[in-house]
Amino acid sequence: MKEIEIHAQPDLLHEGEIASDIRTEELLVNMGPQHPSTHGVLRVVLVTDGELILKATPHIGYLHRCAEKIAENVSYRQYTPYTDRMDYLAAMNNNLGFALAVEKMGGIEVPERAQYLRVIFAELNRIASHLVAVGSYGLDMGAFTPFLYCFREREWIVDLFESVCGARLTYSYITIGGVREDIPEGFVSQCKEFLDFFEPKIREYNDLLSYNHIFINRTGNVGVCPADMAIGYGLTGPCLRGSGVKWDLRKNTPYCKYDEFDFDVPVGDGRFGAVGDCWDRYFVRVMEMTQSVRIVRQALERLSDGPVSAKVPRMLKLPAGEIYFEVENPRGQLGFYIVSEGGNSPYRLKVRGPSFCNLSVLEGLAKNCLLADIAAMIGSLDVVMGEVDR
Amino acid sequence: MTVLEIVDILKHRFGADLVGSVVEGTHPHVVVRAEKLVSVCEFLRDDEKLRFDLLRCVSGVDWMGKNLIEVSYDLISIRFGHALAVKVILDRAKPQVETVSGIWQAANWHEREAFDLVGVQFVGHTDLVRILMPEDWVGHPLRKDYQDPVEYHGLKVKP
Repeated sequence: MKEIEIHAQPDLLHEGEIASDIRTEELLVNMGPQHPSTHGVLRVVLVTDGELILKATPHIGYLHRCAEKIAENVSYRQYTPYTDRMDYLAAMNNNLGFALAVEKMGGIEVPERAQYLRVIFAELNRIASHLVAVGSYGLDMGAFTPFLYCFREREWIVDLFESVCGARLTYSYITIGGVREDIPEGFVSQCKEFLDFFEPKIREYNDLLSYNHIFINRTGNVGVCPADMAIGYGLTGPCLRGSGVKWDLRKNTPYCKYDEFDFDVPVGDGRFGAVGDCWDRYFVRVMEMTQSVRIVRQALERLSDGPVSAKVPRMLKLPAGEIYFEVENPRGQLGFYIVSEGGNSPYRLKVRGPSFCNLSVLEGLAKNCLLADIAAMIGSLDVVMGEVDR
Repeated sequence: MTVLEIVDILKHRFGADLVGSVVEGTHPHVVVRAEKLVSVCEFLRDDEKLRFDLLRCVSGVDWMGKNLIEVSYDLISIRFGHALAVKVILDRAKPQVETVSGIWQAANWHEREAFDLVGVQFVGHTDLVRILMPEDWVGHPLRKDYQDPVEYHGLKVKP
């Protein structure tokens, strides 16, 4: 074996000199754009001091597809498929937001059956979207099994959607004036079967993940976002409610038929740390799934016969004017600002994506936190980059 | 509180600085003089009866025919549940307005987006750089007279 030579420098051992020789340096860590825990193409530049994050700067735009520019060149009805591709995990909700904005501006009355169908599909999609959020958050934290459980249930919802509109991700099912076509025979009973299967499963997720000690240690008291910070950064949806603010557009400014349904708005309570930590944001999503099941059950009961769409001309013209309209998406408030000059297509269409605002808080959350916690924070915000970049 | 009541409070407080208001329709808003935007916004956020605490959206609209650029700030009050938009109308040749990112943190990214895509200059913004487009991109894509560059770093933009 080769002998290792040690070149000791006795004069360096002097205490003062060692102190002047060892310096701490800020280190720039680049996270993403291809990174498993950034949920898409997000790049975060981290300035670190040892294990501490001094500054986190998100860089976005990798998925920018000029959705707002495209809107100025297509007709209103042609734009629905583009809304699918913003928040691709909640395409039904995006369709709904756009359809409601256009209908409100054009004074289009939607038949009652279509309104209930819209609620059913929006809430089913909310469950599917939260399942992805919950499952992949477990994956971020090192728990692989819950992910498979969540995707098993999501598969059933996606199958239901496929039976209705043929698509499994980008549905374009909720269109201007109503929904594209009526539900197939037997859909109501299949949907009820799914709800009966799914509701007890939520307890299973809690046993597997929510109340898991390791999971709580990694998410409780991490990335705490107090209520005033959440409001200041414009957070909405589960991220805002996780901070203990009871604000849900389905309750506060009801659209469709949401005022008829009996459901609660869950908020974070700081059970395993401070109010507004990662665990609270995560658990609001779990609780919301139960509420969505309640809404779907009520909507299925009220489903009456009738037409599923109003008569809307192929080349729809909206009167000159403007509208700003928001709906409660799984990730927060999705807003459409449409300016019309009376033509076939919008003069300007601006989309307020909830993920865009929710992501902006990362800079404030990550400051002076541990490097290992950044994945917990990004996952708890549950951003979809398609919507951030549009 | 209804939009009419809110506009009355603003009229009483700001008088001639309130250039116009629309209380009916699908997008109720007030138009204020660009120099007064920050003080109006501060009042909207801090007034006991108004408390517009959440900035939902900042949207720029290019009115090329009228040679104007309009910026619309959509606000909502979580405390009271009422909503209103504030608008400023800027000269298209020199679209400058003071930033409101000191009032609502949310404005930071929204204003960067309006700068990136519509070309509005927000004076006093701490980090006014492009957010969606690449940093060295030329032009503001949502301007009505925007022309695509021929190529970008050796890649043809329109093949």
